[in-house]
Amino acid sequence: MKTAFLAGALSLLLPVIGLAGEYNLTVDRVEIDTGDFVKTGIGYNGKSPGPVLHFKEGEKVSINVTNNLDEMTSIHWHGLILPFEQDGVPGISFPGIKPGQTFTYNFPITQSGTYWFHSHSGFQEPDGAYGAIVIEPEGRDPFRYDREYVVQLTDKHPHSGDRIMRNLKMMPDYYNREQQTVGEFFSDVSDQGFMNTVKDRLAWGGMRMMKADVEDLQGFTGLINGKGPDQNWTGLFQSGERIRLRFINSSAMTYFDVRIPGLDMTVVQADGNNVQPVTVDEFRIGVAETYDVIVRPKDEKAYTIFAESMGRSGYARATLAPKEGMEAPVPGLRKPARLTMADMSGMHGMDHGDMGGMEGMDHSKMGKMDHSEMKSMGHAGMSDMDHSGVKAMDHSAMGHGSEMPAGGASDPFYAEGSGLVPTAANGGKFLSYADLKAQNPLYEEREATREIELRLTGNMERYTWSINGVKYEDADPIRLQYGERVRFKFVNETMMTHPMHLHGMWSMLDVGAGQLNPVKHTISVQPGTTVYMETEVDEPGQWAFHCHLSYHAAAGMFRKVIVEGGPESAQAVEAGTGSTGGEA
Amino acid sequence: MSRGISLIALVVLGWGLMPTVTSAQEQIEDTTARKMPLKVWGAQFEEFEYRYSDDDEELGVWNGDVFYGTDELKVRWLTKGEYAIDEQAYEQLENQLVGQMPISDFFDAKAGVRFDTPEGPDRTYAVVGITGLAPQWFEIDANLYVSEEGDSSAELDAEYELLLTNRLILAAAVDATVAFSEDREIGVGKGLVSTETGLRLSYDLVDRSFSPYIGVVHERKYGDSEDFARAEGDGAESWYAVLGARLSF
Repeated sequence: MKTAFLAGALSLLLPVIGLAGEYNLTVDRVEIDTGDFVKTGIGYNGKSPGPVLHFKEGEKVSINVTNNLDEMTSIHWHGLILPFEQDGVPGISFPGIKPGQTFTYNFPITQSGTYWFHSHSGFQEPDGAYGAIVIEPEGRDPFRYDREYVVQLTDKHPHSGDRIMRNLKMMPDYYNREQQTVGEFFSDVSDQGFMNTVKDRLAWGGMRMMKADVEDLQGFTGLINGKGPDQNWTGLFQSGERIRLRFINSSAMTYFDVRIPGLDMTVVQADGNNVQPVTVDEFRIGVAETYDVIVRPKDEKAYTIFAESMGRSGYARATLAPKEGMEAPVPGLRKPARLTMADMSGMHGMDHGDMGGMEGMDHSKMGKMDHSEMKSMGHAGMSDMDHSGVKAMDHSAMGHGSEMPAGGASDPFYAEGSGLVPTAANGGKFLSYADLKAQNPLYEEREATREIELRLTGNMERYTWSINGVKYEDADPIRLQYGERVRFKFVNETMMTHPMHLHGMWSMLDVGAGQLNPVKHTISVQPGTTVYMETEVDEPGQWAFHCHLSYHAAAGMFRKVIVEGGPESAQAVEAGTGSTGGEA
Repeated sequence: MSRGISLIALVVLGWGLMPTVTSAQEQIEDTTARKMPLKVWGAQFEEFEYRYSDDDEELGVWNGDVFYGTDELKVRWLTKGEYAIDEQAYEQLENQLVGQMPISDFFDAKAGVRFDTPEGPDRTYAVVGITGLAPQWFEIDANLYVSEEGDSSAELDAEYELLLTNRLILAAAVDATVAFSEDREIGVGKGLVSTETGLRLSYDLVDRSFSPYIGVVHERKYGDSEDFARAEGDGAESWYAVLGARLSF
């Protein structure tokens, strides 16, 4: 990184020429030690995670990537807006980087904020090929901080990506160790009565779906900046300082619920774009998303950063402390969530009339929420704790009862009555998508030129995942016209949460705030819900568009997007033929 | 006339060219593995066990399969055997090679051949069947067999797993065979031929790839098949204590 430093120094002398930084990355076989196990994986510059790349807005970067592996590789700059040939997706942007080859990426940095980079070849990313990107803005951030840390989360598994994929295809519940047992049957009986419990089990058994199907991949060790819970990554501070924590979820499969007991977190940025500050006790970070928060520890003591997996099967842990070696208590894992019938309401062929124990389930058809219609979203994420402990639910047969978060929290971005709605561990405020408002909208608001419906589809038992029922291998590209504004309608017909990532162009998530809708690169769609995003089609070329859960994307939940037309210069770039097979 | 045809041909050709013109924007064809059907292989042994019967017979028994293929088509080799340890002979040795493809959300159809090569006469069968997950989590495998002798039979195998904990699993399995005609040479009578019922308590010791179990198995022959067995001097009913492991890799 000396070159980068030099370039940085030079650029101060030559502001006229514009910034130009050169960076070097090697792709290497590395050893990853999580504290629980040691595993061979892939990293950058000899480490996983790779180095934090520091760019400056307005800089022109050239990044030399040398492939020291014996297989093809690639690097995708997740969330960066750049010419499509620089996007790093083999078979879509470029052929890929051959073993022994050095490939140079050249692109201007036109944005600021927290991003990350990762391999887009095979399962190299779950195997450790990821790193963080921090881009300093040209102007000033609209918030103050004295110190900053990248907090990069991942779900390191003792199995390699290839093996995990194979096991999931062989037995979709291979890694699910939170399934309903005989013991749970009896505890449900004592909570909800024998008949209700039997009816509930029969309803789910009839669908051949599992209420416990919240997390496909368990058995991982959560890492923060490459350190396991026992290795305890520590960030130092002096009390009274404002600390900016740049949370990045680089997991293959894991959603994390993040909290720092004893500290409020003020969310100031989501997916690299500033949002109007919102102070929360806890937030859920989807795979591939980033959130920047400001915390201000006033006491001279240690604080635990605790990131609990959505399925409550594992966690990542780190510490903020005035000095090295200090620790704070580590909370225990909460009870795993259970899906409810509401989460299944998006599944086609679901006939609620057929099911036992569904009386009083008057919101069974309300799973599909049309957020654009929502005028007042004031109740979003509010955990009114005054009716906690209320057990009087007529539809307890639906498995609400014991699995429902106390108080039956609701969030407009979850199905009404969903079992997945998160609540803050301390009973306080849990961030909802509905709380995100853009600080400075990137685009003039205008009517979308057309709507494209994308049904998120799949079959858990076969572990096939698709869009509109078609896997990538059988799908035609989605064609967009340069200059149009497309409204994407995501209808989740599966019982899993999918973080949908469109490469190359921003996704404005419709939270009903019009011009102030947050600008993101990855949008989580909860089971049984419909979510809209709008995209200004302003980048010609071809782009990837997929669910960012590694094994869902590999199983077919993936599309190529072709943007037709656009400035002359961007067209007809002969990028050669496709790469050889053997990687994806 | 011919001119008209060539005009039409030109128009048709033109239409044919249209898509290639629009996809000129597609600078790279995706030929990576991502764009290919995912190929998966696996091997599983539901049963791999030592059996000890109520009349002191000892058997080595396995029941497993190896598969390779895609979502749309798999090739599966199923292998099943009972080896009598004292006699050093295969009481049962059955290998099937089938192609398997999905027919519904939860079921696959399969077709292929079955070779039986135990001690005694051999048989070759054509196989058609379905396999999949029935409501309430019953794993079903149902097959029709037609032998080279022209005899047909049907076999139904149903399994249910009860999770005592997430690793301690009680599995119940029932396997029943019905013959539509007699094949005296291999001791098969018309009607219900035999059932095998098993109850196994397993513990997932290493992921789901090595799960040792103990259990009890009951085998019985019925009707004419029972009579044939008795005529051979064999018992028509056995109880076994079993010790083994479920394997997958």
